[in-house]
Amino acid sequence: MTYLIGENLTGGYGGPDIIKDCTLSVDKGEIVVVVGPNGAGKSTAMKALLGMLKLHGGSVKLDGQDITGMTTQQRVARGMAFVPQNQNVFVTMTVEENLEMGAYLRHDDITENKEQVYDLFPILKTKRRQVAGELSGGQRQQVAVGRALMTKPTVLMLDEPTAGVSPIVMDELFDRIIEVKRSGIAILMVEQNARQALNIADRGFVLVTGENRFTDTGEALLANEEVRKSFLGG
Amino acid sequence: MDYSTDLLNALVLITNYVLIPSISYGSQLALGAVGVTLVFGILRFANFAHGEMMAFGTMATIFITWWFQSMGVSMGVFPTALLALPFAILITTLLAVAIDRSVFSFYRASKSKPVTFVVASVGVMFMLNGLVRILIGTDEIIFRDGQKFLIKAGAFKKMTGLSEGLALKQTQVLTFVLAVIAVLALFWFLQRTRTGKAMRAFSDNEDLALLSGINPELVVMVTWIIAASLATLAGVLYGLDKSFKPMVYFHLLLPIFAAAIVGGIGQPLGAILGGYVVAFSEITATYAFKKFIKYIAPSDFAPEGLTQFLTTEYKFAVSFFILVLVLLVRPTGILRGRVL
Amino acid sequence: MLTIVGFGQSWNVALAIFNLCLISAVMSMGLNMQWGYAGLFNAGIMASTAIGGLTAMLISYSPVTKAWSVGGTSLSAALISLLLTIVAGILVWKKMAKGSKRSWSMTAVVLIGYAFIRFFYEEATFAIEAVDPAKTGFLGGLGLPILFSWLAGGLAAAGLAWLIGRIALGLRSDYFAIATLGISEIMISILKNEDWLSRGVKNVTGLARPVPYEVDLQQAEWFKNLVQWFYGTADDGSAVSADIMREAMQLSAGVFVKLCYSALFVTVVLIILGLATRALNSPWGRMMRAIRDNETAASAMGKDITSRHRQVFIIGSAVIGISGAMLTTLDGQFTPGSYIPLRFTFLIWVMVIIGGSGNNLGAIIGAFITWFVWIEAEPSALWLVSQINVFLAESNPLRQHLQEVAPHMRMVLMGLIMVLVLRFRPKGILPEEAPDHY
Repeated sequence: MTYLIGENLTGGYGGPDIIKDCTLSVDKGEIVVVVGPNGAGKSTAMKALLGMLKLHGGSVKLDGQDITGMTTQQRVARGMAFVPQNQNVFVTMTVEENLEMGAYLRHDDITENKEQVYDLFPILKTKRRQVAGELSGGQRQQVAVGRALMTKPTVLMLDEPTAGVSPIVMDELFDRIIEVKRSGIAILMVEQNARQALNIADRGFVLVTGENRFTDTGEALLANEEVRKSFLGG
Repeated sequence: MDYSTDLLNALVLITNYVLIPSISYGSQLALGAVGVTLVFGILRFANFAHGEMMAFGTMATIFITWWFQSMGVSMGVFPTALLALPFAILITTLLAVAIDRSVFSFYRASKSKPVTFVVASVGVMFMLNGLVRILIGTDEIIFRDGQKFLIKAGAFKKMTGLSEGLALKQTQVLTFVLAVIAVLALFWFLQRTRTGKAMRAFSDNEDLALLSGINPELVVMVTWIIAASLATLAGVLYGLDKSFKPMVYFHLLLPIFAAAIVGGIGQPLGAILGGYVVAFSEITATYAFKKFIKYIAPSDFAPEGLTQFLTTEYKFAVSFFILVLVLLVRPTGILRGRVL
Repeated sequence: MLTIVGFGQSWNVALAIFNLCLISAVMSMGLNMQWGYAGLFNAGIMASTAIGGLTAMLISYSPVTKAWSVGGTSLSAALISLLLTIVAGILVWKKMAKGSKRSWSMTAVVLIGYAFIRFFYEEATFAIEAVDPAKTGFLGGLGLPILFSWLAGGLAAAGLAWLIGRIALGLRSDYFAIATLGISEIMISILKNEDWLSRGVKNVTGLARPVPYEVDLQQAEWFKNLVQWFYGTADDGSAVSADIMREAMQLSAGVFVKLCYSALFVTVVLIILGLATRALNSPWGRMMRAIRDNETAASAMGKDITSRHRQVFIIGSAVIGISGAMLTTLDGQFTPGSYIPLRFTFLIWVMVIIGGSGNNLGAIIGAFITWFVWIEAEPSALWLVSQINVFLAESNPLRQHLQEVAPHMRMVLMGLIMVLVLRFRPKGILPEEAPDHY
């Protein structure tokens, strides 16, 4: 049984439906990537899993339990962490405070957790007293992922984590994400850099105009002629 | 008399009429402006009812003070109002939270435009304005008791042999000391505690704060509690220093807004700086420098007029002028606040 | 409602309320343009009202020649120094390179200019204010018929609005609200303190009226006949005693004068309503609303939002300025001390919110209701208090206190109405008509 699954999701932001009958799923210890052309509803589909839009149909299940009616906050409390694409750090707060805010809901000792994040992103440890707004784009993404990890999530959702960072930084970020996966967390990721993302993905969903077009393992999708032609640029 | 005495006299003069009043008035504005800026940072609207909240808190303090006085309770040399203050803060806080629950929370839930909040706050302003007048009337009330002066002008002259006196009112010192304590406590709260950090996070990035599991209702409630407490403190200190008159508190709104914007909206530290900037400018611009120039100018030169930049009636203009200047030159305020 | 007051209190009171309702209607239409059409939060309505009132006074009061002769020259000198300072300032700003040198020169120009202005200005005001201070002590006005001032008041308010717009428009709503609030406060302080211009808190009374005076009416033959006819038919032809007749004359004269005002005001309200409705339904009005509802989209479509806003702000302020002139005309006096923001700014807000922002007819209805409640709340509260006081001993201090504070009930009432309408009927009594299509 899949850990997190959204089945036959239909809905939008109040206007016309952006996603139609769309299904996404991710299991623990697995990286799932959602790719597709611009305006395909990738981010919207992910937000649907988080309860951030109005659904007309479909259901979301976490660990076998139906969470369709829950608010975003309740889902966060149940272990779903989300890294938005933009404005994903508290720019006026220090790196350390950003991490602490990630752990807001937890009342246990967070020092160990903080060390784990610092081990994952060593640069953050040296900058931990610095205000997040002063960091470079790549470092900010690290803070954003770190903040999300501080909730001790079972599912980590990332909305285009590599948007606007250099290829080198992107590779490093992907390496880190693989590391996170190894700790048994389910990772669902929307990506614009489809080829690189599918490279590290266990499975992938290709969405077009809000509907599932292809669903397969990352490797298979990369090998698929049609996917390559239409979505990976040959 | 030789020139060095003249210089000393000039210094005393400026301290007495500009420096000391500016510091105490600035502290009062600062406390008010911090409340405005916090409400703005968290709830994202300019609260027009803030002046009336100050009036309400002061009124509550006065009633409790009277009650204490009637029972013979006092604090010796200190004003009895200080004893009443905590109770008044409690009452004002309850009122602020009640107003939020009954008026503002609805618009929050329906995600209304900021300007709707402003209009609603005007309605609240009306209600509080009427309420205060109904309960206590419109007359000027002096509720200060205890020792009035720490240093009396006459005693100072005798002590130093200077021809200029220096008077230091107890309320001025109290204002400054209490303001410093309040501000330090606030910063400790914002920088060191979990809830304080959550408030800063919420002010910084509301969506991300929600994704981190921060409870918005808690943050909003704490914001109102702090704003109401500081408003009461500011109002009481202002009333102790001068007097209590409901009308005056409405007019404080403008310098307080000016202070908050000058400092950078959403920035508590900026609001404090802004408070002093506005107070200093207001008092300096309306002070008659005639005597001062007489002291520092060589020999018998004396300016003809009062050498006052503006008459005291135009002190609003000073706050406004500063406001416009900041808007034109540095819209983010001194400390890079949010641009409205 | 007004009819009830007419029969219950007196027709004079009813008409007095009616006239102020009409003026309020003009004010609320003006604000409705700014808020309802364009979504501008103007917290400085009072500034427009006051400048309208000032204009009315300046237009109608006869000039005080003596004041001009003693203070005219130095006042002109002050004005010239002001202009020179501005010119010098602009020159320095334009010609010199940016840097600390320019800042210092600028400061020097301003300070020196200021010293000159102050010197002449003080000389002028001292001289002017010394001229017969008990009666005039100011420059007086132009001595023109006061009806002119309605137009002039509108123009003056438009000019002020243009200036305010230069400074404050283009900022977000909260800043704009605070800035306008500030300007209106300054405006009032100027009126209160510049005695040479407005006599300050000493007020200017006895402004010429556009309608007949009661005393003259009571002497006029045609009016006597009119009253006779009116009362005569009511009393089935039987002769009316002289006492009753005299009383009737006094009453009728008051009513007649007020009716004259009403006729003038109704004309203004109808004209403005007509124009405002046409404007709202014109392409211009649709564009305004489009901007209000979605600034980003409108600006993406190439609309210059700030200049549109300035337009509507100036027009709305002009309308409010007209109402200010009308108010001063009705009062027959100019009293700077009477301008308080709660009455002249925020009460107008209540009117527009209640009536329905974006709907002109709604603004008028809101003005009528609000003004009626505002006026009648006071006697009602007093009545209520007197009912409570029946149970309190004569010496009870609470009794006296209640008597004193009863008028403030209406503040609470207004706030309550505003908050309740905003919450449960946010579109007001008459909601904005659904925009056709844009």
